[in-house]
Amino acid sequence: MPNYTPPVRDITFTLDTIADVESIVALPDFEHVDLDTIDGMLSEAARFFSEVFAPTNEVGDEKGAALENGGVVTPDEFKPVWQKLVDAGWTAVTGSPEYGGHGFPRTLGLAVSEMMTSANLAFSLNPMLTGSGIALLTRHGSDELRDQYLAKLISSEWTGTMVLTESEAGSDVGALRAKAVLNPDGSYSISGTKIFVTWGDHDLTDNIIHLVLARTPDAPAGTRGISLFVVPKFLLTEDGAPSKRNSVETVSIEHKLGIHASPTCVLAFDDATGYIVGEENKGMRYMFTMMNQARLEVGLEGLSVAERAYQHAAEYAKDRVQGRAAGSDELSPIIDHPDVRRMLMTMKASTEAMRALLYDAVAAEDRHLSAQDELERIAAGDRLALLTPIAKAWCTDRGVEIASIGVQVLGGMGFVEEAGAAQFYRDARITPIYEGTNGIQALDLVMRKLPMGDGAVITAYLSEIESLDGPLADGGDALAGVREHLGAALRTVRDATSWLAASNDPQARMAGATPYLEMLGTLAGGYYLARQALAAQSEADSDSWMAAKVATAHFYAVNLLPKVHGLAPSVTAGSEHLFAIEDTNLG
Amino acid sequence: MNIAVCVKQIPDPATPYDLDDDNHWVVRPNDQVLDDTDRVGVEVGLQLAEATEGTVTLVSMSPSGSLQGIRQALAMGADKAVIIDDDTLKGSDALTTARILSAAIDREEFDVVVAGGESTDGYTGVVPQMMSEMLDVPCLSFARKVDVDDGIVTIERQTASGYEVVTSKLPALLAVTAGIVEPRYPTFKGIMQAKSKPVETLTASDLGVEPDVGQRVTEVADVASREAGDIVEDDGEAYLKIVELLEQTKVI
Repeated sequence: MPNYTPPVRDITFTLDTIADVESIVALPDFEHVDLDTIDGMLSEAARFFSEVFAPTNEVGDEKGAALENGGVVTPDEFKPVWQKLVDAGWTAVTGSPEYGGHGFPRTLGLAVSEMMTSANLAFSLNPMLTGSGIALLTRHGSDELRDQYLAKLISSEWTGTMVLTESEAGSDVGALRAKAVLNPDGSYSISGTKIFVTWGDHDLTDNIIHLVLARTPDAPAGTRGISLFVVPKFLLTEDGAPSKRNSVETVSIEHKLGIHASPTCVLAFDDATGYIVGEENKGMRYMFTMMNQARLEVGLEGLSVAERAYQHAAEYAKDRVQGRAAGSDELSPIIDHPDVRRMLMTMKASTEAMRALLYDAVAAEDRHLSAQDELERIAAGDRLALLTPIAKAWCTDRGVEIASIGVQVLGGMGFVEEAGAAQFYRDARITPIYEGTNGIQALDLVMRKLPMGDGAVITAYLSEIESLDGPLADGGDALAGVREHLGAALRTVRDATSWLAASNDPQARMAGATPYLEMLGTLAGGYYLARQALAAQSEADSDSWMAAKVATAHFYAVNLLPKVHGLAPSVTAGSEHLFAIEDTNLG
Repeated sequence: MNIAVCVKQIPDPATPYDLDDDNHWVVRPNDQVLDDTDRVGVEVGLQLAEATEGTVTLVSMSPSGSLQGIRQALAMGADKAVIIDDDTLKGSDALTTARILSAAIDREEFDVVVAGGESTDGYTGVVPQMMSEMLDVPCLSFARKVDVDDGIVTIERQTASGYEVVTSKLPALLAVTAGIVEPRYPTFKGIMQAKSKPVETLTASDLGVEPDVGQRVTEVADVASREAGDIVEDDGEAYLKIVELLEQTKVI
């Protein structure tokens, strides 16, 4: 079974150098958070998730979730682990103290989530979705709803789901048809069939709280007519205990390529009792308030699975002996062969770049919600808005790529399930799809985020990258390669950005969206690693770990950053060539 | 019930550490971790405390450093800690260690002292027995199951061929073996609270003990690397050779 060793040092280094966690815990919202306890928190989380959570990953994949007698049954190994997770309180890190949470910054919550997700991606989705429900209820729920549900959700005694998709309403949520009819007592009767409900049913807790999008009878068409409802699996008694079964049935669960332990449910609501969150017809607006959070969490899945695949491949490459490396008299471990080395370096550099991008984005979210200065809050919100689609799409695309390289490092054994690399690859494959496909993310970036402030937000971000040129120049020979390639990549991305800004043809901009997102993500990754190299440089002589940070930035700059130049033509090619052949000649 | 649990901070076994070139002592980093074997003792102490509404006091002799290892045990739920941090105690032998820990424990009334079997960095394995002599209480060693009822402690004592049931009046000292209980993982709340739990720092003279290191490490050598094993080629009768080899090593 592949082991997982949480990369606590890189997480800590990224919290310091990229997220500037010290300045976050200094904000008044977090005055109860002690900088000194962060190390203890991370090391204990690392022990918990590697020793307790990670051993369920393989068995979860093998056994998977099953539907028996109308209810989802999880693997036996999951139940005691869930109880330990609840007891230890690792899901309550960021929750509101008013409801038993610890009120920590989301940046630190993300660090804990990274370890949980690496340990078992499929299992981690249950707390992850619950977190989205908590965010929605905290911000938009009535006092009554919050009092009834939040404490139990924050403690993970109950879990939450997001119930959005229908068979004809996927990426186009506005097309959904589930109905909600007001009852005389103020509750609603919810009817309709929903699909792709992650952890929509299970046997780990004594209640499940569904957050369901549905339409009231006179609602306007499209996204402006969608309302959000709380629909508990078991209705609550006066004193808040689960009692009568609500009419929500699990019709079936999907058989999927990966994340087998995560039950993906088809749920049928048949006049189920629901309670409205906020006001009618504002459901989509509420959803968007947690969209950034959920998208960062899915981006995190790309990072987490890549980290796991990287550790696994590196361990294998050190042990596996094949052929002689050039100049060696003896048989060599494959890590000595340049091409294997390239694969491992690509895995390491990409993974660390992803971590930096995600932690920067989540730090912006903390500042957006908690900074004292209004201008800082606005700027952080803009930064978060810009980085979110990149963090989601670039990190999940890399996650699949890195997991695929992991299979490759193991050679034939990579294709054999027993060796463990295949699971990471299969599990990773969903992440570019759900929570807004990566195509949707690219459209969000190009059509919504680039025009923000008349281009001021993207311009500020690119200027920030440019401002690293001076420090890199001061860094001397060791950083000369980083400086050269970062500068060149920046120029290419700027040109592409200007082209998109000047284009009046939405079809052309949409055609270039995906390669543009990849360019910008690749550039951002190089930028963050360059910043880390600068921070590590002074200790590189005495500490091989720090020296590795500098060398990793150099590898990335020379080997991965130049990819942006290859992507440029497809950003600016327009859409005509995509439609140059008749539909009949496709397929 | 007052329960004292002996714990030790050691360099993180996951990261290699150095020995001092001159005196061959372990070079102790500022951040040390709780010896994994001590988690068992802390867990036993906590369970006894929970059953009797008692308190758990950690007792440790080591450079305090960042106190990371002590905080890990406090995060599990121990109430407070006493740490003896004294440069003159560096390199102490087992006897001096036992003297110091006993003196620290003996300052207050206690019902049970819990110690691990041996530390993961020193492996002397004799400190608990020495302490029981100094504290003048029975030593119940190799305990694999512990019950306390009405002032009597009963343990199952692991032996080479099985176990013995041993009982004693309190106060007593228990030396526990690994695997006796599953140490709990600290809760997030526990980790936060650990920061504000009392940690008392003492020197040898505070305890009225004259430091006497009592030993000198004269030489340190690498462990001899393992020799290559014998390969038995199977010519159809290799099983006979294997049976012979197993008989030679008295496995069968």
